[in-house]
Parts: sequence; structure tokens; C-alpha cells
Amino acid sequence: MSLPLEGLLVIEFSQFLAAPSAGLRLADLGARVIKIERPGAGEAGRQIAIKNLFIDGSSLVFHTINRHKESYAADLKNPEDLARVKQLLARADVMTHNFRPGIMEKIGLDYDAVRALNPRIVYGVVTGYGPTGPWATKPGQDLLVQSMSGLTWLSGTAQDGPTPFGIAVADIICGSHFAQGLLAGLLKRGKTGQSVLVEASLLESVLDMQFELLTTHFNDGGQLPQRGAVRGTAHPYLSAPYGLYPTQDGYLALAMGNLPQLDETLGCGILEAYPEPASWFEFRDAIAEKLTAALREKPTQHWLTTLEPLGIWCAQVLDYQQATSSPGFQALGMQQRVQLPDGQQLATTRCPIRIDGQKLYAPQAAPRPGQHTAALDAEFNLRTTISN
Amino acid sequence: MKPLEDYLVVDFSQFLSGPSAALRLADFGARVIKIERPETGDICRHLYTSNVIMNGESSVFHAINRNKESFAADLKSEADRAQVWELVRRADVVMHNYRPGVMERLGFDYASVRAQNPSVVYGEISGYGPDGPWRDKPGQDLLLQSVSGLTWLSGNANSGPVPMGLSIVDMLAGAHLAQGLLACLVRRSLRGEGGLVQVSMLESAIDFQFETLTTHFNDGGQLPQRTRHNSAHAYLGAPYGIYQTQNGYLALAMGSIPKLGELLGCPALLAYPDPKQAFEQRDDIKATLAQHLRTNTTEAWLAVLEPADIWCAGVLRWDELLQHEGFRGLDMTQTVQMTDGYAYQTTRCPIRLDGELLTSAVGSPQLGQDNARLQQEFMTSNIAQHD
Repeated sequence: MSLPLEGLLVIEFSQFLAAPSAGLRLADLGARVIKIERPGAGEAGRQIAIKNLFIDGSSLVFHTINRHKESYAADLKNPEDLARVKQLLARADVMTHNFRPGIMEKIGLDYDAVRALNPRIVYGVVTGYGPTGPWATKPGQDLLVQSMSGLTWLSGTAQDGPTPFGIAVADIICGSHFAQGLLAGLLKRGKTGQSVLVEASLLESVLDMQFELLTTHFNDGGQLPQRGAVRGTAHPYLSAPYGLYPTQDGYLALAMGNLPQLDETLGCGILEAYPEPASWFEFRDAIAEKLTAALREKPTQHWLTTLEPLGIWCAQVLDYQQATSSPGFQALGMQQRVQLPDGQQLATTRCPIRIDGQKLYAPQAAPRPGQHTAALDAEFNLRTTISN
Repeated sequence: MKPLEDYLVVDFSQFLSGPSAALRLADFGARVIKIERPETGDICRHLYTSNVIMNGESSVFHAINRNKESFAADLKSEADRAQVWELVRRADVVMHNYRPGVMERLGFDYASVRAQNPSVVYGEISGYGPDGPWRDKPGQDLLLQSVSGLTWLSGNANSGPVPMGLSIVDMLAGAHLAQGLLACLVRRSLRGEGGLVQVSMLESAIDFQFETLTTHFNDGGQLPQRTRHNSAHAYLGAPYGIYQTQNGYLALAMGSIPKLGELLGCPALLAYPDPKQAFEQRDDIKATLAQHLRTNTTEAWLAVLEPADIWCAGVLRWDELLQHEGFRGLDMTQTVQMTDGYAYQTTRCPIRLDGELLTSAVGSPQLGQDNARLQQEFMTSNIAQHD
């Protein structure tokens, strides 16, 4: 069977993480994705590095996000380049961008202009804070969106200040929603034969990510989340034992579970002190302290061997070295190698979705800026068309 | 018109991951029928957060399951199974999040469903993948955060492992399942083929960390190092972090350290002119910044930094956010109503199509509330056939 999106053409003007991560997902699901990049420098994300790591002239994170794509160099302020890009757009199924409001209008590639070229295009836009409103021109940056969305009050302990998620979660969840929207747009186009506009924003996505807790907040009299006070507390709305606990040689995760059985096994006197299940939320700090005192006494493996057979939901807390060398990780085949233009290989991860029982691997590395310009000119007959 | 109008989704899943994917499909216009165990239903109905109960059930159940129908069926009873088959045979999408092997025992696994419904798009979420040594372990969010290395990215260097304080892995697995199902529906609309979509929480948790894990694969296998204070990302240099001010907190993303020094009136920061220092000496820079930013208010700092295009923001709590014009303009909330009249406020789908918000006034279903109607709608013809 073919990959789900085989035969579909995606033109990506998007930069950085959110929208390009959606492009990567569509590519892994079978679409052909062409990045339109500034001649020479290419996408701005090529220069955004983490840990100052660069490969083949672009940051390692750029390589992570943009593998499995082609690159077409075009200066959108140059009329000839713009005309070529429009030829590509006329053949495309999807286009995406994440420019700030007004930029695409100035270039002449706003939704109305593009659907005039291609009345069946699915046109996707990612913004920071939605298409309008007082924040519309504010930089759509991950940490800022985390900070403004209330998300930073959910992790860490009561005495910690606001604690961000240590990953670009707003970008990633938004990219994920954006991919959903583009796919839904393709389905809608299939029904109506008409173009579709798809919009997602970092802020709306981070609010959606909190939908369970915000719904609780809307309906509990508007109380603010109260994080536990004991180090390892894992969720402001869940009772003990939910959290991470130090053991003699590491950390143990305990999910929601059978507190009486846990108490009996560990012998820490929780039930004696707090016999009412309804009080386990209110007294979660005191309960966590009793659990901590007991669990510190033995190594993690001892607790896993004791608790797992009882059906208590627990796990060892692994660091990156332990996690990536664990048998559970290894069995997934989540790592893949992509081939760089100079022959070097780069290890990264694969698409997390399996289709028809197949893991989706793709050996193509991220392109150099404009790497495919000449080939695309030839394939789509772009130079000739313009000069005629 | 919504993109999935006329699509029927039969959802056997429980808790958050699978049902959150079904909610997305519902908001895109699909009709979603939850298959639930009689008496208890989706276990999430009684999985309370902070003891908040709404109309007899947990707040999170109501958030996840609005805009759906409920069909109560005992999958071990022949009569009930026959009725469920009537739904499954007509479904465009069938999905579940049982542990590997359970659906095979229940008889609604992909092979069995496809035999009766060849163009079905079938989705499943497991904890740790369909095979491998961990396949029978409980697929629970905190455990997945713990085994995937995720807990070493948030918090400060001396905080120990710090989980992300919501069910992030469930959310991601649900989002990935929705992507896979939608992609296969696109293929079906083009070529008529059904398909199988499999997602696991562990693969989703790894994908979530694709940037940092790729870095780990290529930096000699070093462990992530969080900063001593004000850490917001283990792999980014100063000033990236959240800082206490005289009256609150200020978030600072990327920015040149000497430029910050000038703008904030903090000459000590001029000692770091090389951009490399922003990473290599980030602990010292952050300590200096943290001390300095306490000397004035958030508003005062924003008034200096925002006009200079420094990426910064005040840190809001939900009550502050909800009152802000920037939030209110999004129309992110909606009120939905259950069939018994109970109404509650929740959020809407975060995606806009053709400039329209995807909202629905339908609340979550009571357990089995749609049995009679679904029997009449889908099962009378079958009964007639047997006559």
C-alpha cells in the first residue's frame, strides 16, 4: 500500500519549529514537501542552535525538523523568483507560512492571492496568538506563550516560582494541531473542491493542551492550581501517591493507584493517619513525605520487584543515557540515520506513527539552502515558462 | 460545512489519549460513538482531579468527551457484541487504546474489523508499542514521562527529576493518532483504501523530544544539564528563563546579553560580549540578571524591553489570563449542554477552518444515553433481515 499522502505537494514558507514540524509530519506520511528559502542564507531557523551545535552549515535542530524536505531558493522580492514560486503554488495541494500579519499581503501571497492562482489550495497559517487582538504582533515565541498561558504554574513544587516545561512545547503541540488542521483541510477540499484556510496559533494550542485542567478551573469556582510542596510532586490536581520519589540509588515514579495496598506493603502508616480516601488530596504532602521516608531505604530495583507484581503502577525514572539504551526504547526502532550531502550520517528520530504496520523511515537529510532549485526548475518547467 | 461531516467514528478507548483524538474528530464534524462498559463506563468518568465532581462525574471526563454519543455494551455478551458489530460495520473509523492483545481477545481487532468493513481506518494507542519487552506495562502518563527521560528537562539543576504537570504524553499520543487517522482518511478519499494507524505513548514521548534526543545522539551522549537557577530549557543559553521581579515574574527568551545590560541598566552584563558566553557562562549571567530584575517591577522592565524588540513577557496565572483582552478576543471557551440540561463551560477546538471556530454545544453523554436511539437507527434493518 502507498503512504497516506503520496502524490500530494506541500510548499512550505514556514520557519523555526511549529509550522515546519507539521511539514515534517506530512513528509513522513508521504507528501512531497518543498521549502521556499531565501537565496544564500535560507530559513532563519538554520542559525538557531541549541548547545551551539551546527552540521553542514545549519544548526542541528534545523536538521532535526527539516529532514525529508527539498529546498527551492527564491527571493520573494524579486518578481521573477516570485513568478516561479507562483507556478509551484499553482501545482500545490498545501502551502504553509508563519509570517507575522501583513507580510504575505505585502509579498502578494496572502490567502486571496494564492487561491486566485490555485482555487483548490489548502492554505495554512501559524501565528503566535491568533489572527487578531492585542497580542497579534507580539513575538510568537515558545517560552513567552508558556508564560502567558498559565502553563508555568503546573510543574514544580508550591515553593518554586513559575516552572516552564523544559522543551518547546507550545511550538510542538501547535505544529501537531496544525498538521491535523491541514489534513482536515484536505478532506474538506475533497468534498467541496474549494480552497481551505487553516489557522492555528501557539496560544490556542497551549490552551487546548490544558483543556482538562482549564475545564476544571472553569467549574471549581475559579481556584488556581495548587502544586504539592514535596519535591517530585507531579500534577497539581492529583492525590498522593502521584509523583516521583527518591530511592536509595535513584528515583521511582508512582502513578495513581492503590494507596492502601502501597501503605500496607511499605508499612508507612498512611491509612492509620488518613483513613478517609477523600482526605488523600488535601493531605497529599504529608502522605508524600511518609512515602519518601519509606522509599529512600531501598534501591529502585527492589521497589519495582516488590510493587510491579502487585499491580501497582510504577516505573524507574530514567535519564537520557538509561532511556535510550533501555530494551523498551531499543525495541521501538525509533532511531534512524539520515545521509548528509557530504556522506556523513546523522542519527535522529523517526515519525512516531506507524501506518499499515510499517514504521516510517526516511533517509533524506535536511537540504542545503536551494539544493533542489535547478532540479525543480527543470521538473516543473519554471525557467522556460517565465522566459516565454 | 465541517470536513468530517457524514463520518462515523466508533471509539472503544478510555481515559485521555484515545478519547482526546476522538474529540478532535468530533470537532471536525464526525459523529463519535463511545462504546462503554455497562455500569461503570469509561473509567475516566470517576477519575477525579482535586475531587472536582460535575453532575456526578469527573471534570476531566466532561472536558474530553463532549460532543460524543455513548453506547453501553458488554463486549463479552453475544447480544451486545452483535449490536456493536452493526456500528463497527458502518464505521469510517474504529479506534481503541487497550493494551496489546486485548482487542484480539475481544474480537474487534483490525483483522476482524477489516474482514467485515474493508475500507475502515482503524486506530490504536498502546503504551510502549505493539511488541517489545515493555508491551504489557501500564501505559500511564507519569510512567511514560519517567522512562522516556522527559523528567530531566524541566526545573533547575538541583531539583531532581521534574515531571511536566499535566498529562502531556497522553495529549501527544492522542494528537498523533488523530494525525494518522486523518492522513489515512485523506488516502481513503483519494484511493478508497482503508488502513491501520498505530501510535504508542512511548514513541510519542520520544518524538516530543526529537530536538533534544537528536542533540543527545550527536553530542557524544551527554546528559541534559539544567542551569542552577531560572532554568527553562537545558540546551539554551542565557537569558532564556523566568525571573522574579519586584512584583511578579518576567519571561526572557533569546537576546543579546550586552544589549540587555544596556537596556536594563545592568553594567555587569557588558562583561559577556561573545555570544558563546551566553551558553558557556549562563549560570553566572542568569545569577546577575536574577539579582538585577528583582529591583523593579515587571511592567517597568517590559516598558524598556518590548520597544527594543527583546522577546519578553509577563508571567500570567489563569485568572489574569482569562481577564485579559488577548484571551477574550480568542473566544477560546464555549458552554456545552448535556441531555439532562446540565451545562458547563469548557474550551473549544484550537484549530480554525475558513476563518470559523469549530464549536459544538453538545456536552458529554450520560453512560449509555444513546443506546435506544442507536439501536433504532442502526439495528432495526438488521433485525428485519433476520426475520
